[in-house]
Amino acid sequence: MNLLLFSLFREKKRRRVVELTEKMVVDGGRDGGEWDGRWNHINMFLERPGPFTHPDFEPSTESLQFLLDTCKILVIGAGGLGCELLKDLALSGFRHIHVVDMDTIDVSNLNRQFLFRLKDVGRPKADIAADFINGRIPGCNVVPHFKKIQDFDESFYRQFHIIVCGLDSIIARRWMNGMLLSLLVYEDGVLDPSSIIPLIDGGTEGFKGNARVIFPGMTACIDCTLELYPPQINFPMCTIASMPRLPEHCVEYVRMLLWPKEKPFGDGVGLDADDPEHIQWVYQKSQERAAEFSITGITYRLTQGVVKRIIPAVASTNAVIAAACATEVFKIASSAYIPLNNYMVFNDVDGLYTYTFEAERKENCSACSQVPQDLYFSPSAKLQEVLDYLTENASLQMKSPAITATLEGKNKTLYLQTVASIEQRTRPNLSKSLKELGLLDGQELAVADVTTPQTVLFKLSFTS
Amino acid sequence: MAATKASKEQKYDRQLRLWGDHGQEELENAHVCLINSTASGTELLKNLVLPGIGSFTIVDGHKVSGEDVGNNFFLSNHSIGRNRAQAATELLQELNTDVSGNFVEESPDQLLDNDPEFFHRFTLVIGVQLPESTCLRLGSVLWNANVPFLVCRTYGLVGYMRLVVKEHTVIESHPDNALEDLRLDQPFAELKSHIQSYDLEGMGKKDHGHTPWIIIVAKYLEKWFSEHNSQLPKNYKEKEAFKQLIRQGILKNEKGTPEDEENFEEAIKNVNTALNPTKVISSGVDDIFNGEQCNDITSQTPAFWLMTRAVREFVQNDGSGNLPVRGSIPDMIADSEKFINLQNVYREKAMQDASVVSKHVEALLQSVGKVCGPYSCILRCCSLSSACSMDSADGEMVLYLMLRSVDRFYQQHSRYPGVYNYQVEEDISKLKLCVNSLLQEYSLNVNVKDDYIHEFCRYGAAEPHTVASFLGGSAAQEAIKIITRQFVPFNNTFIYNAMSQTTATFQL
Repeated sequence: MNLLLFSLFREKKRRRVVELTEKMVVDGGRDGGEWDGRWNHINMFLERPGPFTHPDFEPSTESLQFLLDTCKILVIGAGGLGCELLKDLALSGFRHIHVVDMDTIDVSNLNRQFLFRLKDVGRPKADIAADFINGRIPGCNVVPHFKKIQDFDESFYRQFHIIVCGLDSIIARRWMNGMLLSLLVYEDGVLDPSSIIPLIDGGTEGFKGNARVIFPGMTACIDCTLELYPPQINFPMCTIASMPRLPEHCVEYVRMLLWPKEKPFGDGVGLDADDPEHIQWVYQKSQERAAEFSITGITYRLTQGVVKRIIPAVASTNAVIAAACATEVFKIASSAYIPLNNYMVFNDVDGLYTYTFEAERKENCSACSQVPQDLYFSPSAKLQEVLDYLTENASLQMKSPAITATLEGKNKTLYLQTVASIEQRTRPNLSKSLKELGLLDGQELAVADVTTPQTVLFKLSFTS
Repeated sequence: MAATKASKEQKYDRQLRLWGDHGQEELENAHVCLINSTASGTELLKNLVLPGIGSFTIVDGHKVSGEDVGNNFFLSNHSIGRNRAQAATELLQELNTDVSGNFVEESPDQLLDNDPEFFHRFTLVIGVQLPESTCLRLGSVLWNANVPFLVCRTYGLVGYMRLVVKEHTVIESHPDNALEDLRLDQPFAELKSHIQSYDLEGMGKKDHGHTPWIIIVAKYLEKWFSEHNSQLPKNYKEKEAFKQLIRQGILKNEKGTPEDEENFEEAIKNVNTALNPTKVISSGVDDIFNGEQCNDITSQTPAFWLMTRAVREFVQNDGSGNLPVRGSIPDMIADSEKFINLQNVYREKAMQDASVVSKHVEALLQSVGKVCGPYSCILRCCSLSSACSMDSADGEMVLYLMLRSVDRFYQQHSRYPGVYNYQVEEDISKLKLCVNSLLQEYSLNVNVKDDYIHEFCRYGAAEPHTVASFLGGSAAQEAIKIITRQFVPFNNTFIYNAMSQTTATFQL
């Protein structure tokens, strides 16, 4: 990681934000409620020189004031990681914190999302989390947003010094990654360091977790390391339909094939994974299916796990990963130490194991390299093939790409899946060849997808 | 009553999928003791209260200070001046009404002086931010009472944990990447006859493409054995040749191009691991089999050792030198009937072996226990005061030496180095003396850079919340492993370096 660039970023950032702050109205005139010795445990790191500090670091009594009064942090997610992050940041001197979460509280959250209680079930996570922290930590001002990350645009994200994610979806991570990349400003091809917003990303699953530090435009981004994420388990249809072997195959059969056929709760009533009656029905039918094939092991818990795609979770792993992330936020905000460079993996199934390494940028990353993405197809290839490539290619892994192209001076949607009427209208295009659709060699195709806030441009090159 | 049980199932659902109802029961029957409710302690306890530990008792004689409140989520500024154990218990208790919280407003040294047996009642004792002398006293009491002792500490950007327990046995270790136990190199009778029931050359196309890869490998292995003097393919060249043999077995269509037979591709892919010879008893298992507890079975012998002895009897008498068959096979391309039949062959053999083992157990005068595979392991830790030997001092090991040196400093000066700004400079040379005397005492020919000594003075014994939280999370899960007897705990010293986000585990 380029330390010089990093120090430029810090200085420019500090100046720019101080300017912005002077213009902003700082809201939340809460009683700071200071008391003697409150920040003793972190002052050592801000006021004293040391042998391992960042080359940029200047011991000062003003650093604490920066954290308390000026530094603005965005926490994405108020769940297992989010609750821990909010606590960790609040107790590390950060006061201006925003938190975004689109979910409401469920009973199964209570074993680890410690800002919530039984009486809060059904309420928005962001709101309850903010209330709890603000009540417990005097002077802290967490601002909640019961929204999806996609509900905000650049003007919202631009105001933060550092963004830290505790998400449970790769798609959301990629979107966030794309948003921060879109904020980067290049002057004459050179990246303006003050346009970089560091992204700290944490993830957990059972006893495993990881924490990483991303400087968009400088270090490996989420898409650079897409192949590190294990592929989602989707059983082949023929296994589910005619050759089940595991209890999970039986449950998937009921969920995907039997439910649409039997419509047990009425026409048009979809399977609600949170409805115990629905799960009970699936459970019973799964047992019948399993009995047909002499498969054992169907339980209610297994059924629910398959239908809801439940990932086991405990408080401890979330505590560890969030703490590592929060430590990085502190390091970056204070320059106290050189940040993690740049990926840590954690696993406490057998003893405690961690592995720390530098994830490398991908030269032709579809998100952060400025290399135009190429598509190579024969002119007789069908549009469906292009669609398949966009979704199946390991480096792209798009979910439901919408493809548009400029034809005869006009912007034409070739295929779009997410709006039913347009999907119907453009579906016939999938079986047409690229030549038939009027596409030319060297043509630019613009592709939009949930995995990125910005359209990705591809250059279509015809192969013979 | 039924309603509470149902709602507990819902609340704990995500963790029940990891340690099961029986693990949860162990957790709910446990009573842990936390000594010192500083941030490291309360964070650890939080991660035990949330999953539903039965009860906890905080032992702490300190009064809450402003500094304490600053880094601790479970102390409020309104409690400044009150007893710290009591204040922390209130806010921890509030996390989970299933848990019962208690506090004792005394220092551990007082309790050790007046009532050391106080500590005998606990499932596990956790000591946080304790000076070395208290640790040693406590360690000796708990060692003799067979109560596991977990020592934790956050010191600046360093986290530290030490597990002190005479012996901890684990049956359900849930290994992450265990190799399959397929016995293809020495198929048991039932497996042999099952393999024989297949005629690859004579079967129809559909069956051919849906035969489990295990059968395919077994069949071709028979061919290979007949041509290679019953020797397994040994090196890379031979394994490649074996894979080719299998590849040639893929059906071809009228034009001579190979059909798309995924099961054959699976067979080829799995050749490398499937041909590993059935694991000869490893030295680790051998040690357990030859252990004292395993040899001398009495009516007091705990279940773990009874089962181990029974398994040993099996290995020596019934298993031809092998452990009982595990009984599980991975999923693979196959039609339902073929897969289930094959799975049942392994499962039935495993159950058969298990019943032989249990007959041995019965013969050893105890009732039937669970099936014991090669997943058991034992942790034996040294008591804290035994000498440790280390050769090099790099990475996390230096941090460990610094922590021990800082303890020494405390012993000599009744305070930690660099707590106040004016002390930092002068304490560096004092701390250096402690480092050198430690190295000398243990005859360690090691160089500890001055930078580390400076850094540890700089820390001023601070306990930054994020480091305390990382440690609290790590330690809590180790505590849960000890209590539930599932998953293998660390053995026995763990260091976390928050500067580099690296960790290390040493056995000292």
